[in-house]
Amino acid sequence: MSGNWEVVIGLEIHCQLATKSKIFSGASTAYGADPNSQACLVDLGYPGVLPVLNAEVVRMATKFGLAVNASIAPRSIFARKNYFYPDLPKGYQISQYELPIVEGGELFIHGDDGNEKRIGITRAHLEEDAGKSVHEGFGDSTGIDLNRAGTPLLEIVSEPDLRSAKEAVAYMKKIHSIVRYLEISDGNMQEGSFRCDANVSVRPRGQTKLGTRAELKNLNSFRFVEKAINFEIERQIELIEDGGEVVQETRLYDSDKDETRSMRSKEEANDYRYFPDPDLLPVEIDESFVEAVRQTLPELPDVKQARFVEQYDLKAADAEILTGSRALSDYFEKLAAATDAKPQVAANWVIGDLSALLNKEGLEIQESRIDADALAGLVNRINDNTISGKIAKEVFDAMWSDGGSADDIIEAKGLKQITDTSAIEAIVDAVIAANPGQAADYRGGKDKLLGFFVGQVMKETGGKANPGQVNKLLKEKLG
Amino acid sequence: MHRQTLRGLYDGLSRGDFSSRELTEALLGRIEAHGATLNAFITVTAESALLQADLADKARANGTGGPLNGLPIVHKDLFCTKGVLTTCGSKILGDFVSPYDATVVQRMADAGAVMLGKTNMDEFAMGSSNETSFYGPVTNPWNTKLSPGGSSGGSAAAVAARLVPAATGTDTGGSIRQPAALTGIVGLKPTYGRVSRYGMVAFASSLDQAGVITRSAEDAALLLGVMAGLDKRDSTSADHPVPDYVAGLSKPVKGLKIGVVRQHFDEGLDASCAERVRASLAALEDAGASLVEIDLPSIGLSVPTYYVVAPAECSSNLSRFDGVRFGHRCGDPEDLSDLYCRSRGEGFGAEVKRRIMTGTYVLSAGYYDAYYLKAQKVRQLISRDFKNAFEKVDVIAGPTAPTTAFAIGEKTDDPITMYLNDIYTIGANLAGLPGISVPCGFADGLPVGLQLVGPHFAEETILACAHQYQQLTDWHTEGPEDFA
Repeated sequence: MSGNWEVVIGLEIHCQLATKSKIFSGASTAYGADPNSQACLVDLGYPGVLPVLNAEVVRMATKFGLAVNASIAPRSIFARKNYFYPDLPKGYQISQYELPIVEGGELFIHGDDGNEKRIGITRAHLEEDAGKSVHEGFGDSTGIDLNRAGTPLLEIVSEPDLRSAKEAVAYMKKIHSIVRYLEISDGNMQEGSFRCDANVSVRPRGQTKLGTRAELKNLNSFRFVEKAINFEIERQIELIEDGGEVVQETRLYDSDKDETRSMRSKEEANDYRYFPDPDLLPVEIDESFVEAVRQTLPELPDVKQARFVEQYDLKAADAEILTGSRALSDYFEKLAAATDAKPQVAANWVIGDLSALLNKEGLEIQESRIDADALAGLVNRINDNTISGKIAKEVFDAMWSDGGSADDIIEAKGLKQITDTSAIEAIVDAVIAANPGQAADYRGGKDKLLGFFVGQVMKETGGKANPGQVNKLLKEKLG
Repeated sequence: MHRQTLRGLYDGLSRGDFSSRELTEALLGRIEAHGATLNAFITVTAESALLQADLADKARANGTGGPLNGLPIVHKDLFCTKGVLTTCGSKILGDFVSPYDATVVQRMADAGAVMLGKTNMDEFAMGSSNETSFYGPVTNPWNTKLSPGGSSGGSAAAVAARLVPAATGTDTGGSIRQPAALTGIVGLKPTYGRVSRYGMVAFASSLDQAGVITRSAEDAALLLGVMAGLDKRDSTSADHPVPDYVAGLSKPVKGLKIGVVRQHFDEGLDASCAERVRASLAALEDAGASLVEIDLPSIGLSVPTYYVVAPAECSSNLSRFDGVRFGHRCGDPEDLSDLYCRSRGEGFGAEVKRRIMTGTYVLSAGYYDAYYLKAQKVRQLISRDFKNAFEKVDVIAGPTAPTTAFAIGEKTDDPITMYLNDIYTIGANLAGLPGISVPCGFADGLPVGLQLVGPHFAEETILACAHQYQQLTDWHTEGPEDFA
């Protein structure tokens, strides 16, 4: 249905910076404390108090800017964005407007056509978060929790370079991975540390003028980003095809109903009356500071991915998965170093069985019940033919549920592969003798029956016979 | 006792002529006796003052007192004072008890000063006559039908009437210097950033500066030494060394180049005031200073520039008074909008509302460039004018206010005329310069002020010049007869 339409999307990602204290006060940023227990007089907007910039946020924003190849402004200024809301204590939000700290960056994603695609980053600026209004449990009133007020945010604004919900998610995931690599954000989406607003419009294919956009507010999971944008695209196309017009407005995504709803129109939009905040000095950054920050940059996902392909001879797609987070890539490198098997084999275990169990239990790689060294122990036993791949899965499950090393489990359960040819030969003979009909058919040309015989032998040996040897012997005896 | 300066009182306390408690009791008695006539105080903290005085007496006995040990002080009611009402002259903060001390208050207390109370002021420091206070106008001790000026009117009246020897004030467009001039005392506005703004309820953040109101330049120097200096809680406070201001007072005026601004003696200035200012300049010249006529070409734009910048900042600064967390909250709000509209509508007075609306307007989309941005550019020009002038002269001298004190009610219907009262003082705020007003005589029995403005951080120069002038004259020793 969208064949005649081109979709244009730009994202504004709000990324909470992982500082200990708030952007303009000394109060803690820890999540989940009792309401208003982490809001000091500055956060509460008391008369006479003043903001003092937390230098750490400048370092973090600079780090991000360098990671996306952007320029770091030698002089940026904080401005006041004025509007009234109960969870905005001062009646203005301190943000950056005309002179942001980071401008003109880029990153690369896989576009819808499968090729690498450059996405421009217009700017990234520092700002403070607002508090939270709590509407349940207070009768006719609203509760205000200002713990979050003053939490440092980096707002990362993309160019309208994204052409589908899928690209938008790919871009957001890339930013998510970068900020976590840089250790400037925990990227925790459930706690709201990483969320985005999406500007979505459609236009007839070939038209250069942008269509009227709707802004989808506060999307806090990759899944919601995809679903909300897709809903919005369909809504806009349907609207236009039915002779209607898209109006510029802010919309909210309702994940329960999977739809977007109008929140306020352009006419109802606030005039924020931005002006430079006279309580704060301009942020001045010199070259030596930028260089010092550059020295602290870790290896970033794209570079690491290329290195994994090169150094470990991995499939590109697998290298991309393994470098998706710093912790995952660290796990893999530790595993690869500790095993004699081919790195691709080790990678398969991480991407396959291990990831499946982690996902099932909702665990991060750091929380894995099998650490890299233990998994290496298992992979090594496959590699040296102590166990077969099939038995390995059984050992793996035991390691996950009961702990312990692969060697201990193999020993305790007697899972060691039978490689003694005479022992296997005896079983092969017995199986052939017990199935004369099938043996005759095989000899008559039914090659597929070999699988049947292999299965019978494995069954007799409890899966412990070396499959290579079994195959070889069966072919000899049936041949 | 009450006729003495801080310096005199310090010596008296040191000699044991009287104790801090005796001094405090005497002054509390005067505040009690004259308070109603002047309406200079919003809060009198008698009980805690006596406790502080006793502590000061103990400290003196132990030889551990600070530089202001046992000396009385009052604070303008926009300095936050822990556990004490801090109203800013507004109904909206009518019940606001601050949970913390402003840096200025803290530093004074640490130096041993005894706080006697909080003084009346124009609401949120917006006014030049002290008539915008929700707590009623302050009267001028020289003639109680007249205004003491503003916005630090309560502080000025209290010091002029000898209820206290010294008070803090704040100066955004002349709010220390103009009332000092109109009540015949000394008012010092330091360089922007010299004194921390932390705990000073903001009116216009880029212009506000805390200062002092005293009867002698020497006392102002003593207090500035205690108040000044870097405060990490105020990003705009300056990391600039604090000299010994009292020691610097002895510098003679001989050789001092004093700039006299041509534009300051235009038709706006009352003739008898002009005569007093010229006479004081002549006295300084006789003492060895040289007078140099200078131009500040853009200074005529200072009032309109100020009335764009200051309201713009105030419209934003006063947004926090929304009835949600502290201060006045309307009864039974129907919804959020009603809560905002009625809390603010009931809580703010007319002048504050006028400035919030003006400020909101000049920052609005479509008007920002024409007003706010243009005003910022003119502000640059005014700063440059001063910078050029200070390449030729050490201080700039002239009138503090265009007239002597005016009648209460005289200008309330005409805000523009009221605003023009600050025509000579606003320039120093826009350029962030230090300024001081010293009494320089009387016109028709009312005090006239001489203003001295110096380059950034040249408080030493203007204080020394003011002090030397006070050695040549005794205007500052004269007080209003009714409060003798």
